[in-house]
Amino acid sequence: MGPKPLALQDLEAYWTKEAGPQKWIRVCMDTGGIAAGARQVHQALIDARDDWMLDIHIRQTGSLGLSYADPVVVVGDASGVTGILGNMDPESARELMRLLGNGGRALLEDRMIVPHVRGRSFSGPPQTMILVKDTNAPHPEDRTRFFQELIREELQVHGLADQVGVYRAMDMGLYQKGICMQLLPSRVTYSNVSGPDVRRIIHESLGEGQVLEEMLESGEDPQERIVLRHCGHIDPDELDDYLCAGGYRGLKRALLDMTPEEVIGELKTSGLRGRGGAGFPTWLKWRNTREPLAERKIVICNADEGDPGAFMDRSVLEGDPHAVLEGLMIAAYAIGADKGFFYIRAEYPLAIQRVQRALDQSRAAGLLGPNILGSDFSFDAQVRLGAGAFVCGEETALIASIEGRRGSPEPRPPYPSVKGLFGKPTAINNVETLAAVSVILDRGGEWYAGFGTEKSRGTKVFAVTGKVRNPQLVEVAMGTPIRNVIEMCGGAGEGRRIKAVQTGGPSGGVIPRGKMDTPVTYEGLRELGSIMGSGGMLVMDERDSMVDVAKFYLGFCVDESCGKCAPCRIGGFQMLKLLEKIHAGNGKREDLDTIRDICHCMRSASLCGLGQMAPNPVLSTLRYFEDEYLDLVDAGGQAKRGAR
Amino acid sequence: MRTQTEIGSLLDWVEEMRVRVREIVREWDDQEGNLIMMLHAVQNEFGYISRGVAGVLAKETGINMARIYEVITFYHYFRLTPPGSHSVQVCMGTACYLKGAQKLYDELAQQLQLMEAAGGRQGDVQLETVRCIGCCGMAPAVVVDSETHGRLCPGDILQFLKRKQEARHGS
Repeated sequence: MGPKPLALQDLEAYWTKEAGPQKWIRVCMDTGGIAAGARQVHQALIDARDDWMLDIHIRQTGSLGLSYADPVVVVGDASGVTGILGNMDPESARELMRLLGNGGRALLEDRMIVPHVRGRSFSGPPQTMILVKDTNAPHPEDRTRFFQELIREELQVHGLADQVGVYRAMDMGLYQKGICMQLLPSRVTYSNVSGPDVRRIIHESLGEGQVLEEMLESGEDPQERIVLRHCGHIDPDELDDYLCAGGYRGLKRALLDMTPEEVIGELKTSGLRGRGGAGFPTWLKWRNTREPLAERKIVICNADEGDPGAFMDRSVLEGDPHAVLEGLMIAAYAIGADKGFFYIRAEYPLAIQRVQRALDQSRAAGLLGPNILGSDFSFDAQVRLGAGAFVCGEETALIASIEGRRGSPEPRPPYPSVKGLFGKPTAINNVETLAAVSVILDRGGEWYAGFGTEKSRGTKVFAVTGKVRNPQLVEVAMGTPIRNVIEMCGGAGEGRRIKAVQTGGPSGGVIPRGKMDTPVTYEGLRELGSIMGSGGMLVMDERDSMVDVAKFYLGFCVDESCGKCAPCRIGGFQMLKLLEKIHAGNGKREDLDTIRDICHCMRSASLCGLGQMAPNPVLSTLRYFEDEYLDLVDAGGQAKRGAR
Repeated sequence: MRTQTEIGSLLDWVEEMRVRVREIVREWDDQEGNLIMMLHAVQNEFGYISRGVAGVLAKETGINMARIYEVITFYHYFRLTPPGSHSVQVCMGTACYLKGAQKLYDELAQQLQLMEAAGGRQGDVQLETVRCIGCCGMAPAVVVDSETHGRLCPGDILQFLKRKQEARHGS
């Protein structure tokens, strides 16, 4: 990026620029990828390319969300992505470069992650490759190898062994569907393939071009990637990349073609609600902040993702920082603010670095500063760091923290929209909300409202972790049943049964297996005694004790309580003591009643969300798994009587 | 008794510290609500926020000590004591907890105690827990000297530390 500010026509040139013919490789280098060794893979790719003097473009990108497969590498050319490879290491990186250098495809045994795009017919050239995988087991094992050999032998019989390669895939996006096979390049996919089926597939599909309907898997991609649209595709450190992907088009539309009221109207049409957890309509927050008369107004991006077990915001900041900045600028324009802050956790050093870089680049390009894109709108933003306090995700505590004070919440009203940071009207939006805003302004509120349900529009990113086969990020339309979200990640790992799913972190609750068909919406989850929260989805299997999980979350809240109000400070502590007593087998049945009383008190009398919501994990485990509490109490009682 | 040279170098260090704190304050002076950012900068520079450094910061900014201490004791991130020369932070996010982070922590603590008992220097390795670092896909996650590692067992971490220590003492 040159030092010259960008004019409107420069931006338009970026938006209409077409991709070059070059082959490329992208290495997912977010915190998770780097931890798994993505830097070494990146370096090995560069070394191999330079050794063999190949014309292949290598660059870093954010996470595709496939945490289970880190380090992940994406391979492609002008036509788009041609392969995704997981569990890479420097040796396989070199092997990949060798394959591509020889004009081959990115086919590495046990490393291929097969996208959900599947074919329905053989219109293309003759089949050249077969991918095979036993989808009942997570790791490559004998059955996959056995079928690989079987297919090879069958190809030999048909005289095709030299033309058709057979490779083992790492993950086919299908689970519990037996042996699956995908034929390339048509992507026709068969599931539950048995030994005799192999002969038919080779004879009829490969030989005669027939699709075997009874085995065909034609499912579509269950994900809708709107917030994660660029993650894993663009280089988060390059403004050019974001612009080529259509970046800042939403800002241009807002600044040059719309009044602030129209921007708020567009958000109203979209139905976007705050993705930080509470689900307050974004347009209403902005209108409320626009209304008060004040000399200065402020916008804040809340990137204090303190919810343990959630990493959506980190991935978006590390993978697409400009999209969040663009959203923040649009928010500032809509409410009439000239100053913005990113409040980011200090525990996310890479996210901080990438956001800081995005700010510097935008400033150099004239996208931050006075009279942006020749309009009357002037705006600048800076990064402020959190310091390890969960309560600072609460908006009044967050404001106190940016002001340089300890993060104690204040009673509301006055709401921040009237009297916020430094006493000025302030709008605070979550990372995911802002990343959605920039694309809503680009593609229109109506387009966005086309996803999701009546009351919960659009999409939501979930971080699915815990006892799940493939921990990863998924983005789905609101209203998708919880079961589908878990199944996208392969269901429970190690062949066990899922017991419950926890959503909303320390402020949320558990959802038992019997309620897994509940659609994910703000209302649906609240009815079950949980909340949407920021999007952590923790899967627990039969071995996990619900009392232990409740104790873990409550311990977290007690530790993070700021101590200002008594219900949270004292109630939480006493309840934790009782839970510890029960967990150790010394509890009585009356203790459960006391716990319920304390929960009620904390809920109604605590000052802020932390204290009001802290009982949720306890109450919801009591609601669905009271047996486990009673078992512990009764077993403890019996053991004591036995000792006597 | 300290020799005069030792006292001299100590005074030099104090003077250098003052200069550095002054630079940090100057960098943030015109920003509203700058205290936490200055504290971050101070901790990055000195590894922790000692009483002496906090005193200089109070003098330079005019913010009284009570308020500085109110802030640094509230936030988990700020340290009031010097860190060990190596740090091992075990993530206690929910995903890591479910995958055995507590057990990992306990075993590490035990191993480190044994190492110290066997003649290792005290405070050489600082073992702590940390709130979710957002690497839930790699649970259990551990940060060793600001490098994040995933899916580790205690043995891996100890070996890793040993290699680092050897590399340091060898050079």
